[in-house]
Formats: sequence, C-alpha cells, structure tokens
Amino acid sequence: MARVQLREIAHARSGDKGDASNIGLIALKPEHYAVLVSQVTAERVKHHFRELCHGEVTRYELPNLHALNFLLQKTLDGGGTVSLRTDAQGKTLSAALLRMEVDI
Amino acid sequence: MIRIANAQGFWGDSLEAPLDQLRGGPIDYLTLDYLAEVTMSILQKQFSRDPQAGYARDFVQMIERGAKEIVTRGVKVVANAGGVNPETCAAATAASLKRAGYAGRLKIGIVTGDNIINQLQDLTSRGIELRNMDTGEPLSAILPRVRSANAYLGAFPIAEALGKGANIVITGRCSDIALSLGPEIHEFGWKPDDWNLLAAGAVGGHVIECGAQASGGNCQVDWENIPDLADIGYPILEAERDGRFAITKHPGTGGRVTVAGVTEQLVYEIGDPRAYIAPDVIADFTSIQLQQAGQDRVQFWGIQGRAPTDFYKVSISYTAGFKAVGTMTYGWPDAYKKARAADRILRARLDRLGLKFDALHTEFVGANACHGEALSGEPSPDLAEVTLRVGVRGQDAAPIERFTRELAPLALNGPPVVTYPSGGKPKVEEIVAYWPALIPKKEVIAKVTIVEA
Repeated sequence: MARVQLREIAHARSGDKGDASNIGLIALKPEHYAVLVSQVTAERVKHHFRELCHGEVTRYELPNLHALNFLLQKTLDGGGTVSLRTDAQGKTLSAALLRMEVDI
Repeated sequence: MIRIANAQGFWGDSLEAPLDQLRGGPIDYLTLDYLAEVTMSILQKQFSRDPQAGYARDFVQMIERGAKEIVTRGVKVVANAGGVNPETCAAATAASLKRAGYAGRLKIGIVTGDNIINQLQDLTSRGIELRNMDTGEPLSAILPRVRSANAYLGAFPIAEALGKGANIVITGRCSDIALSLGPEIHEFGWKPDDWNLLAAGAVGGHVIECGAQASGGNCQVDWENIPDLADIGYPILEAERDGRFAITKHPGTGGRVTVAGVTEQLVYEIGDPRAYIAPDVIADFTSIQLQQAGQDRVQFWGIQGRAPTDFYKVSISYTAGFKAVGTMTYGWPDAYKKARAADRILRARLDRLGLKFDALHTEFVGANACHGEALSGEPSPDLAEVTLRVGVRGQDAAPIERFTRELAPLALNGPPVVTYPSGGKPKVEEIVAYWPALIPKKEVIAKVTIVEA
C-alpha cells in the first residue's frame, strides 16, 4: 500500500456551469478506476475544496470511461463575468483535485 | 461517411484554424462556434448602438480569405456567427464573397427565431416565468435589466437550410453541438425520433465543439511530448450513417488525438452524464464506447439516447452592477509577506473611506491564487515575485471608481520593492451576468431563409 497524489493515477479537466464548477476525473489505467470510486467520494471532494466551494458536491460515475464527474455548486464567486477570481471559470480546479492523496 | 471539421471553439479562438482546416485535406463541412454565454450580450449591446452590427465580424473576414476553397471544393460552412443579427451577417458574408470574386455562386441559409428579447414582456405576463435554473428566481426580478435573451435552437433548422441548398448556414444562438449534428441529419436523413443516432451526433459534436481541446490542446496527459502544438490540427469528425464516428485531424499537423485527450473533452462542462440534454435528444454518456484506432484517430460506437425534453434552454444576460480588479507586483525577498502587508494597508484605507462593496476579494498570484491557501501550502520567502490582485464588486459605480485610485499610491506609500502595470488605475467594468432558464418549445418558432450570395 502506498499513499500517492491523484496526479499519479489520474488526469482531469474542469470548466464552469454558471457558478458551479465541473471536474471530470479520469483514471490513467483502467485498474485505478476502482480506487477513484472507493476513495474520491463527494464528501472528500467537498472537504478538499472547503475554501472555494460553498455549495453541494455531486458525484457521477462513468465506468465506461473509467471516469468520475464532480459538480461543485457555488464555487466560482458567481462565475463567468461576475467572479473576481483569476480563475473565474474554474479551469485550474482539475489540477487542484489532483493534489488529493489516495492509497493504492 | 462525411468529414466535419471544427475550427473555432469560442469567439477569440485562432483566426488561422479555419483556413488550416480548409487547406489541410479533404473535408465536407466546416463548423465554427463563436458564441459563449456572455457573447450574446456584447453583440446585443453593439446592435443597440448600430443596427448594422451585432454579429461575429471575424466570420465575414474568414469567408473572404477562405472563399476559394469553399467555392471550388464545395465545402459547406455552418456557423453561429449571426449573433443577434443573422440577416446582416449574411449580407456581409455575401459582400465578402463578391469581394473575393465569387459573386452569384453560393446560397446562404439563415436560421432565426432564437432571439426572444422582444417577447419577454408577453411571455412573463402569460405566466411563463423563465425562472433562473440555478436560483429559482423568476425573471420579473431583473426584467428591466435584461440585455439579451436567446433560446438554444436545435439542429433540424440547420438541416432544413442545407436541404434547401444552402452552402453556408448562419445561425443566431443554437446549441453548440447543432452545428455538426445539422449536417449529419441532412446527409443521413436522421429523423427526430432516431434518438440513438441523434445522441451519437450530440456526443461527436460535444467532442469537437471546443476545437483543439480534442486534439492535444489543454491536455494533461504527457503534455510536454505532444508534438508541434505551434501547428496544432483542429479536430475532424468522420461521421457514418449508422451513428458510429471517429475523431481525427489532418495528417502532418501538430497535436495528438488519443483516448486520453478525447476523454478529457468528453467530461468537460457536463452535468449528469446519463442525461446530457441537447435540444433534439438526451444522450447517455455512460453508453459511450471508444478506442484508439490508429495514430491520431479515436473510434466511437454504441451511444444511446432518448427523447428530448419539451423545453429549450434560454440564455439571458442582464446588467448586475460594476467591478474593478487591480494588481501590484512585489519582488524578492519576502515578496508574499510584502503583498500581504500591502493588502492589509489597502483594506484599512478602504475602511477609513467608508466604501461599501458587495465583494472585496484578494489573491496572491504566484503564491496561491488559483487553488487557494489551504491547498497551495505556505509560500516560500524566496519566491521571485508575488502579484497582489484585488477586486471589488457592487451595485453602484462610485465606490468602485474610488477603489481604483487606492492601488497605485501603494507604490510610494506602502511596502518596498514594488511595481505596477503601466496603465495606472484599473478600469471599472459594468457586469453583465448570465441567467439560464427554460422555455416551452412551442413558444419558439425557428425560421429558415435562403438568400443568393
């Protein structure tokens, strides 16, 4: 068993839907999908982004793509043109999620 | 099989990509997506000042540069370049074809009916509340501040225009995926209840709608070794009548088409993957099967869909106050500490002035601006520089304007080793916010017009 950052076993892409951010998390190898499913829960993601995300986190599974999709409500300071953030559209939050540690 | 090449992921994307797609190899269709959520409000503003404006001028210039290929090779073009003024866009497109020496050769199809700004009063008075999909508030709360209102039309009007002989189809607001689904419906005769086929078209459209994000751009896997991003090839959708399709790009171009990169695009800006809601179909992303099928080629099959909803999504924009963002850059040593001190001083001065904002937001660019303090960890005292970035937002312009005068003085009366942008004070911007809503489909009538170019 080793503790690694998600970046070792997954990649991701993120974007915006209004004030919500979507983060798609994809296993680099099919065998790592089970690790994502068991350890990268909506609760953990909500805690991981506690400084930025002020709403609910929903997780969706795409076993065919070995991927999870997270929808983080109230995360972009109003989003789009309203937000005062450098990353108003949450484009870098994909990599922020890859900082999370999991056991493999 | 038809080859649909996308060359524009948003207004502001590469000006050269459309020409590269036309010249780099055989294609049947060129699609161009110019409209982001807030683009319509900018175009509506331009239109209100000048009835000859309000569309994507980039498109008209592109047609002039690419006219030879479009005319002589019979490539059809589908673009949502019409913005809030598709008729004028079509007239300007015809004029550019004439300038290029190709008058009288093509037909232009115009799709309208998406623009419902003049119907809002009537709709809301009849109890169609256009509630904000995120907050649940009815549109009446902001009706006087609305700048633009457009329904996302589907792909069938585009197919109709192609069926009437259009070589170039110009739409206003339509679903991004309709730009490629329309040609598929036209070429393959797909029917409104061919849900699996329409879902396959929607998924293919979703893969190419963000341009080079499907062909090696913004790709996290092995990004340093993706070849020749300077000459990246934009994605090409090779669609079959039975719904199978492949994503590829022109040979000899840079970038890379892989399962990894395409999958990043599949999960980009989606919600529930079992219900990807397009105007013409609901696609199930958990049914997608895909595999690498040679170099720079990913094959898709097995996609399932079901009947669409009875609603179109509507994109409404409205004015929502003012904002300004300014920066000061602090240099080594202790750059972060200095930037933090400057922020405290600035906030004390704003307090003393009694300025009130809806939001006052500080970031330390170079230290933790993107991911926040909790995830980024303690910044090193040896960072070469840190940029203090402060933004304010509020309903009245006056306190925002006053804020913009408080940054530059810090260069002389705050912490040392500091520089700031040569422009001086930050600009006050009016905020145009986005209001997503749903409208019953029967309230929106799409119209197709064909003009000779």
